[in-house]
Amino acid sequence: MEIRVQQQPFAFGAEAEAFVARQAGMGAVVTFSGIVRDVAAGLEVMEIEHYPGMTENALSEIGREAQRRWQLGDVLIIHRYGPMRPEEMIMMVATSAPHRKDAFAAADFLMDYLKSRAPFWKKEKTRAGTGWVAAREEDEQALERWTSG
Amino acid sequence: MQVLYFAWVRERIGLPREEVESSAATVMDLVEELRAREPRYAAAFADVTALRVAVDQSLVDFDAPLSGAREVAFFPPMTGG
Repeated sequence: MEIRVQQQPFAFGAEAEAFVARQAGMGAVVTFSGIVRDVAAGLEVMEIEHYPGMTENALSEIGREAQRRWQLGDVLIIHRYGPMRPEEMIMMVATSAPHRKDAFAAADFLMDYLKSRAPFWKKEKTRAGTGWVAAREEDEQALERWTSG
Repeated sequence: MQVLYFAWVRERIGLPREEVESSAATVMDLVEELRAREPRYAAAFADVTALRVAVDQSLVDFDAPLSGAREVAFFPPMTGG
């Protein structure tokens, strides 16, 4: 498992290829990337704050939980902090598994958990002003499908 | 103990971290002590349902004990991803 929390941009294609290259024996790799989305008011900068130390611990714990739940080869999580502009990549996850269903499910799980349980906070500066992005109720509810049943 | 603030909690209180001398037994007891300090603390902690708390970098509930805690962090619900 590899966890990286960094300010600088990353090269998605190169990261994905390097990840695939170390998955001997795996039949499936799933990647997801999150991108800074423009908003109606015209986004100038998104600033991501995080809690150094806890961020790495929380992402590692979420990754270990995915490895307990599914038969996985490897997990990669890269998440940026600091200022970003629309269309820049914020983060990516990659999972590998012998079979695709485990790789898809684990990537889905990682995204749901790191949205609401990893200590990042987004602040948007638009033409209309500056404000913190509020957590969404549906993101919290999304966790329930991994805990019920 | 070190008390840390993030995002709008940090902005409302006006600093990212501070050393706090406290004998609070639980997180909520610490919140009550901070609220009593100054209006900016009272404003930041007015509604704890809008806040999350971590003790020594693990998420906990507001009734969690503080015995032996070195680091307590207050912040709004997280928005990663």
